[in-house]
Amino acid sequence: MRPTAALPTLLALTLAAAGTLTACGTGSGSDPDTIKVSFKQSTDNSIKVMDTYLADIKKQFEKANPGKKVEFVPIKAPDSEYYTKLQQMLRSPKTAPDLVYEDTFLINSDITSGYLEPLDRYLAKWQDWNQFIDTAKEAAKGEDGKTYGIPDGTDTRGLWFSKDIFKKAGLPTDWQPKTWNDVLDAARTIKQKAPDVIPLNVYTGKPVGEAATMQTFEMLLYGTDGTGTSDGTSDPLYDKSAKKWVAGSQAFKDSLAFVETVYKEKLGPDVSDALDPNVMTRVRGEWLPQGKLAIALDGSWLPQDWLPGSGHEWPEWSDELGLAAMPTQNGRAPGKVSMSGGWTWSIPAKAGNPDLAFEFIKTMQTKANAQKWYVANSGIAVRQDVADDPAYVDAQPGIKFFTDLVASTHYRPAYPAYPKVSTAVQEAMEGVTTGDMSVDEAAKGYDEELKSATDDQVIEK
Amino acid sequence: MRYARSLTRTLPVTPAVVLLLLFLAGPIAYCAYIAFTDLQLTGQAEDSFVGFDNFRTAFGDEAFLNAVWLTLVFTVISALLGQNTLGLALAALMQRASKPVRTLVGGIVITAWVLPEVVAGFLLYAFFRREGTLNAILEWLRLPTQNWLFTLPILAVSFANVWRGTAFSMLVYSAALNEIPQEITEAAEVDGAGGWRRMWHITLPMIRRSIGTNLMLITLQTLSVFGLIWVMTRGGPGGRSQTLPLFMYEEAFQKSMIGYGTAVALLLLVVGALFSVVYLRLLRTEV
Repeated sequence: MRPTAALPTLLALTLAAAGTLTACGTGSGSDPDTIKVSFKQSTDNSIKVMDTYLADIKKQFEKANPGKKVEFVPIKAPDSEYYTKLQQMLRSPKTAPDLVYEDTFLINSDITSGYLEPLDRYLAKWQDWNQFIDTAKEAAKGEDGKTYGIPDGTDTRGLWFSKDIFKKAGLPTDWQPKTWNDVLDAARTIKQKAPDVIPLNVYTGKPVGEAATMQTFEMLLYGTDGTGTSDGTSDPLYDKSAKKWVAGSQAFKDSLAFVETVYKEKLGPDVSDALDPNVMTRVRGEWLPQGKLAIALDGSWLPQDWLPGSGHEWPEWSDELGLAAMPTQNGRAPGKVSMSGGWTWSIPAKAGNPDLAFEFIKTMQTKANAQKWYVANSGIAVRQDVADDPAYVDAQPGIKFFTDLVASTHYRPAYPAYPKVSTAVQEAMEGVTTGDMSVDEAAKGYDEELKSATDDQVIEK
Repeated sequence: MRYARSLTRTLPVTPAVVLLLLFLAGPIAYCAYIAFTDLQLTGQAEDSFVGFDNFRTAFGDEAFLNAVWLTLVFTVISALLGQNTLGLALAALMQRASKPVRTLVGGIVITAWVLPEVVAGFLLYAFFRREGTLNAILEWLRLPTQNWLFTLPILAVSFANVWRGTAFSMLVYSAALNEIPQEITEAAEVDGAGGWRRMWHITLPMIRRSIGTNLMLITLQTLSVFGLIWVMTRGGPGGRSQTLPLFMYEEAFQKSMIGYGTAVALLLLVVGALFSVVYLRLLRTEV
């Protein structure tokens, strides 16, 4: 073929391709009988908790609504990349699904961007909404007072520890630390007596994203002296009365210092492992079940990976692991601290079939299905009827411990700027973890970053 | 009449021009526009035009300056010194090698080039990581091991880029060396010029244009390397291997600041343009 002859062919092909691409890109609205559901798929291939649950709901839904179809658009990515991908999809009606799984820390930010549809018109006619506890209803409420998401559970955080390793190190198996130093001392003892295990894991740095901020940093920060009391005025991150983000606080530095100590004294995992984005998968799938990690500061949802049929079956976990509440810095009342978040189901503003999507939410949130989900994903119930059901409380060891933590839990100041503030926290943590920055330098870096992240809505404390 | 003729001449290229404008110039212009707004991926009701704010922020941002510096280090080490020199050396050695050696070495080098970036990234990650091949070899030799991706991340990714990209330079130089007339080399040899002198006084000046073209191409390729570094280190630890493309990705998609990220992308374009100008000048001067 002469080189010039290829050109028209190529052109024709390009035009044809461009034509088809735009033609088929009519998006979720193209078929009124199909709803597209996006959710976060685990990066661990053997974990199918959500996939299994949704497949079951899909079957029920399609049976109850003949002619209607559910199509899943799973996003398989670490947390931070999941949000990015989702936001990009939400920007265009061509790619926006009909139903999305939103993390509550991000929901206000996405509401401000106009990505989500208020659900009030559906909620008014939905009996089951009355079963949701008030804090859960607040979780997905925008600054305009409208509700943008249906929470499917909440979570709390605490310390998981290996009784076996504790025995070896001569520590009590009913361990309950009273202060941060108790935690560090236990880790130091383990480092000495059982040198081949990782004494203590606390998530850190940008690679794990929000997990570093919430599972580690805020668990420390909200337990520092003089902050985080339940009246809400002394939130160490955000001053609600001044409506400004807090900079330059000693509490911030103290929390960073804790992280620094863990990695400087090599009480944590190897820094390169700690900064690997898949470290969360390793903690749950490898380190804890194989007895390579003594103490983990982590979320209440861990057992979902260990349930029968979930991939890394480990039914013995409840005998082998102990649970302890995270203490406050120096034992300040109530002596323990927890953070709560959770995820919601939301309908994108650019969804093609919002009505049908809400029907799908209803199917997920019948009492029986909701309960099935709480048990499957080790969630803390936000529905009164499920919480009262003994079958739920008995379904799994640990549920009672983590549900009791709700009394001393804190919620993130999930305002629109929060995701960026959270990244700034992660940067500071990463700095002290690698040893590139001192605590003071990292805290100073955070203060500067905070200004640009919040448009100067900053108050010095 | 003349108008009609020029019309019939332009007509056939119109679709191509339209496509180019639509799919090439369009997005670039849109990018340039976004770079002057404060567009965010989330947390913003509507974006607004902010002028040169993003650029001012960039030059006051230590992380940005760090990324520029690392980009230069990465480009100089991996492209200019590594790929370029090694490619030339391989090409020169292979000229004298026997055919089987040539085929074998050429095949191996080109395999690295043919591999998709992500696969190459994983291979090199497996090579450098703490439990990786390199440390296994070092252990066998009873030499101290370390986590290379953590202690020397920018060198590790530079090496990876050399490993992957040398084939390109080698191919360019092989072609160029074949173009040197045999008689000139022979004449020099008769005049008593040794190997190094022939290289310096005959070969290099004669392949000067190829050197310029090659430098330009590999520099531009290296400036935009993303996948390789992303797979190996994600720019970490603590930004110690964060070149401009990775910095841009982080700002635009992880911190959701699309406007700022795009501005950084434009600045990357400027860095590339500066390099190009230098090379074009080098090409123009006559020896």
